[in-house]
Amino acid sequence: MQNSSAPRPLLLQNCRVVDPSRRLDARGSVLVADGVIQAAGPDALNQGAPEGAEIVECRGKTVIPGLVDMRVFVGEPGAEHRETLESASRAAAAGGVTTITTMPDTDPVIDDPALVDFILRRARDTAIVRVHPMAALTHGLKGEEIAEFGLLKEAGAVAFTQGRHSLRNSQVMRNALTYARDFDALVVHHTEDPDLAGSGVMNAGERATRLGLSGIPREAESIMLDRDLRLARLTRARYHAAQLSCAQSLWSMRQAKADGVPATAGAAIAHLTLNEFDVGAYRTFFKMSPPLRSEDDRRAMVEALADGTLDVICSAHDPQDVEGKRQPFADAADGAVGLETLLAAGLRLVHNEDVSLLRLIDAMSTRPAALLGLSSGTLQPGAAADLALVDLDQPWVVTEDQLHSRALNTAFEGARMAGRVQRTLVAGHTVYQYG
Amino acid sequence: MTQFQHRHLLGIEGLSPLDIQFLLDSAAAAVDVSRQAEKKKATLRGRTQINLFFEASTRTQSSFELAGKRLGADVMNMAVAQSSVKKGETLIDTAMTLNAMRPDLLVVRHHAAGAVALLAQKVECSVINAGDGAHEHPTQALLDALTIRRHKGKLAGLVVAICGDVRHSRVARSNILLLNAMGAQVRVVAPTTLLPSAIEELGVTVFTDMRKGLADADVVMMLRLQRERMAAAYVPSVREYFRFFGLDREKLSHAKPDAIVMHPGPMNRGVEIDPLIADGVQSVIREQVEMGVAVRMAVLEALGQHLSSTPVQN
Repeated sequence: MQNSSAPRPLLLQNCRVVDPSRRLDARGSVLVADGVIQAAGPDALNQGAPEGAEIVECRGKTVIPGLVDMRVFVGEPGAEHRETLESASRAAAAGGVTTITTMPDTDPVIDDPALVDFILRRARDTAIVRVHPMAALTHGLKGEEIAEFGLLKEAGAVAFTQGRHSLRNSQVMRNALTYARDFDALVVHHTEDPDLAGSGVMNAGERATRLGLSGIPREAESIMLDRDLRLARLTRARYHAAQLSCAQSLWSMRQAKADGVPATAGAAIAHLTLNEFDVGAYRTFFKMSPPLRSEDDRRAMVEALADGTLDVICSAHDPQDVEGKRQPFADAADGAVGLETLLAAGLRLVHNEDVSLLRLIDAMSTRPAALLGLSSGTLQPGAAADLALVDLDQPWVVTEDQLHSRALNTAFEGARMAGRVQRTLVAGHTVYQYG
Repeated sequence: MTQFQHRHLLGIEGLSPLDIQFLLDSAAAAVDVSRQAEKKKATLRGRTQINLFFEASTRTQSSFELAGKRLGADVMNMAVAQSSVKKGETLIDTAMTLNAMRPDLLVVRHHAAGAVALLAQKVECSVINAGDGAHEHPTQALLDALTIRRHKGKLAGLVVAICGDVRHSRVARSNILLLNAMGAQVRVVAPTTLLPSAIEELGVTVFTDMRKGLADADVVMMLRLQRERMAAAYVPSVREYFRFFGLDREKLSHAKPDAIVMHPGPMNRGVEIDPLIADGVQSVIREQVEMGVAVRMAVLEALGQHLSSTPVQN
């Protein structure tokens, strides 16, 4: 993250202040100085505005803690033509995301303390938001030997994951979880049984059958999740299911939580807002892993978000180049970019009254920060001033040409959104300003 | 005669019953052309037809080749090696290259569902889907319908049993769409491992017992079972499959006495069909091949009507 001289104090006055860390949703002001939140809430102006402060009238706008995105694929190192830490960070800033967690499936794989250090140094020199790498759960992501959790954690890795891949070998997973527990390391896993998913490329069901595409059954996800939850129960390690997509996974998750298993779950915003019908006639921008499921599954996902079964919403930002997507559906790459549309797409759920704004921001900021052991995700006085000023109702249409990401494979091209980030601050520095 | 308004034939989906009727009627007329000593018409004279097959197929390719030649087109066959670089790159690149050669008609087969439609977006000529993955194979469904119609005089109300590997079959999907559109009653008969999920949503009745599935059927349509399916654990063995799902004299006796037996070819004798039935009196399998040429002539002719007759400017 780039640092320059400290900016003037900033007063955002007459805004709605939403801070899930204090269950606060009230009219008030936010005062930022020395890169730190001095006050945020109804009583923020008790001390008055400091001398020389920039005062911004924010009537009708909302201040939220900056979003913390737990699942971001970046092409650096190895595929910089798709995305660099720099371009991903600019996309993040434009979306109100102040912290991104990068995935280890790069070339080379991030499975060595020196590589964690490389990411952190590149981020410091080029990125405008905070970057925390997740490291590989196993050497080279091969699923055979567990990585050096202790050394990697010391180097700055915030969690351990197989990235896009699932760990087939249950014994290795058991050992990884057992060992992770000793280091209080968080294990993040993409739950998809690779054999059951087989050659599948979209949700199994009528749509896939009509399109002549082979399907991925929901059981590919829930069977792997069930295994993981049993191992988490056994080992008492901190386990996080990276991206769930279907109702039957949520039953398992609910049960595990009720039994006190230290397990949490995330969802990509796509699985809360889109379904398999969006694939239409082989639209490859809607090809992702896990696949988009049925509308019933999506509804169940939204309910699980509201009741807390789903802890976290991530963008699952996955830049793919044009060649990877301009292919027949079965041959096309998985994934969609999502940093810039994460909040706006999430606000659809708020506008539809499916979840409260407080829960949405909790799932996008406060909760992931807590899982990753970060001090962000809050507007608490004394916390670093990572925040976003948002107009919750401003209408806009997503178009490729306004994306900051190097790759343009958005699943929301042409989508109408309500809610736009006006200004993003990281440690008190303005890293994005709309218009 | 401009009753057929489509620029491409990418699938049965999207065709109206009138479109199908039109193609079948003109194919019926084309049968006569093929039976004359002088088999050549001039409808497509001066036109270029390219057969672009990303997946090898002797019979479909030669059927399209003959159809084009009988209509007077210049026909070129292009086999594209599967192994070359990344498959999709080959597809788009090849499309652009071919497009620059200014063909009028492009006949395409590809291993991936949707690939032919994708290619059609990139070229300026008319495109015919000769099979895309497990999605559609429209000319096969049309030739099957024509064959049925010649024997039964109609399609509406007939009971048609499609038997075998429906899961991996584009022939099955196109036939289900066409037969449903024309008012036939469609059944699928297979072990559930060989049925795609939610197949009943396509408007078919599912049978896992072949005798019940064939009861009172007017048409028995067999599908090819590829031997790779055993390795992938869809079915245990050839002998078990033949015992329960192979068409033999006994199972066929449950269908109507005048039921016809069809197969899109190439057949695996002794796997999905008893050689005695394949060559028996109820088999119309060889006639299907003849109808294939006629249907492809009808399709080429229908699309040919929309080809521009003004020269390219730049």
